[in-house]
Amino acid sequence: MTTGRVPVREGLFTDDDAPALVGSRCTACGAHHFPRHDTCPYCAAEDPLPTQLSGTGTLWAWTAVTAAPPGYQGSLPYGVGVVELPEGIRVITRLTEGDPAALRQQQAMELRVVPLHTDAEGNEVVTYAFAPVGAS
Amino acid sequence: MRAAVTVAGVGMHPFGRFAGVSTTDMGVQAVRTALREAGVERGGFQAAFCGTAYGGVATGHKVLSRLGHTGMPIVDVEAGCASGAAALMLAAAAIRAGQYDTALVFGVDKMPKGIIRSSFFEPWQEEAGLAATPSFFALRAQRLSMTSGVTKEHLAQVVVKNRRHGATNPDAMYQKGISLEEVLASRVVCEPLHLFMLCSPNEGAAAVVLRRQGIAATARSGGAAPVILAAAVLRSHLPGSVLSESTPLSGLADDTVPSPTTLAARAAFEEAGLGPADLHVVECQDTDAARELISYEELGLCDPGGSAALLASAATGLGGRLPVNPSGGLLSKGEPLGASALGQVVELVRQLRGACGARQVLGARVALSHTVGRGANAGVVILTR
Repeated sequence: MTTGRVPVREGLFTDDDAPALVGSRCTACGAHHFPRHDTCPYCAAEDPLPTQLSGTGTLWAWTAVTAAPPGYQGSLPYGVGVVELPEGIRVITRLTEGDPAALRQQQAMELRVVPLHTDAEGNEVVTYAFAPVGAS
Repeated sequence: MRAAVTVAGVGMHPFGRFAGVSTTDMGVQAVRTALREAGVERGGFQAAFCGTAYGGVATGHKVLSRLGHTGMPIVDVEAGCASGAAALMLAAAAIRAGQYDTALVFGVDKMPKGIIRSSFFEPWQEEAGLAATPSFFALRAQRLSMTSGVTKEHLAQVVVKNRRHGATNPDAMYQKGISLEEVLASRVVCEPLHLFMLCSPNEGAAAVVLRRQGIAATARSGGAAPVILAAAVLRSHLPGSVLSESTPLSGLADDTVPSPTTLAARAAFEEAGLGPADLHVVECQDTDAARELISYEELGLCDPGGSAALLASAATGLGGRLPVNPSGGLLSKGEPLGASALGQVVELVRQLRGACGARQVLGARVALSHTVGRGANAGVVILTR
């Protein structure tokens, strides 16, 4: 059986040495979006430009999930939070840190692509997550 | 002056878990009670509106099948936690417009235990762990701690208050008080929320009969002033708030976007010609303990940032200036989504009639019901007597 590395969903993020979330930017009102939209959710202008968002930001809110929610296929506990990016956008994201006490408000965070689980075909399913800058 | 809409009758199937009792059974019980109270028989109402989120196809029709179909329009309404408020809004508007004299509104759901699974989320969001409802509650709770100084003890105090209220409500699932220590000793689901700070999805039904004022009632209203439905408002969200009940994957770095609840409350107060200072009793969304405090701020019961102080003043407990969730709230009753808003309305109608016994808010004449959830959908209902 051949195995590979597959994103949890195509088109959400790039998966290389300097990963980035793939969003869009409205050419009419200037707002950034994530995920990418084909119509601006703020002003309804069509065809926002696809854009790679900054890979670093600051922590705005965080918690950890301690029991598996329906449909979840990864490990427990896991961190969930909101990271604010320089584009003026706040993103809901997994966090690599599952202990809320280890994080602090406005902490510098960076984007990672991390393993989520192994699917039925043996592929490693990966997703986006933010980690404290410099965390191993 | 436009026609006033009165509440002619209310009914409940208690909230809880009832093995072997179907969604339809619960709906029938609530509807029968409300119709009986209103003195309305089969054929005595011209339309029915049923709020349900998980009931499935034609939930309302299945209930009314058991009561003798008349061919009337039956509209099933899904608006998440505010489904019942949405049904009420549609029925009230139709009566005001002269379309009907009398309409039946009911809500019913039978939820499985545990974290609610929602088809709202795409499968990948569930797979990646970004669809855990309590995690969104927890993120809002943490932001509230930053903006309003709300501590874990405040959150636990909300639970203690509502469970104290619910202890004398025969329609509640938990009819037993709880101590601050017990709440804080329950396991952490999503920091800062412990298990007992979250309401339990469960089962139940509630029903309300609306009638245009002036339509002769065959009921035993006993000459008492009727309860008036002064406003029934549903609103959705504006884009931009990352922690909105619309649960987007991103938002703007902008804290000024009004919440769905604020939009609904403003519209409801305007419709009723009343303001927060006029209220005597409130039933608000307390799916988690922080949600009740957020509601204080979003409904205008206190200034922004003032929810912890309002709670600590004891104003929102029974005997206080503005009791909130005298029924025990969803923290005591549990949450059958489609029935929760109308369950609040049933409680408030009984409060305005002075029929709530040990949990009666003395002298209550103006009441507000609030629900908010997935969609986003926010419902605000104002009742007066």
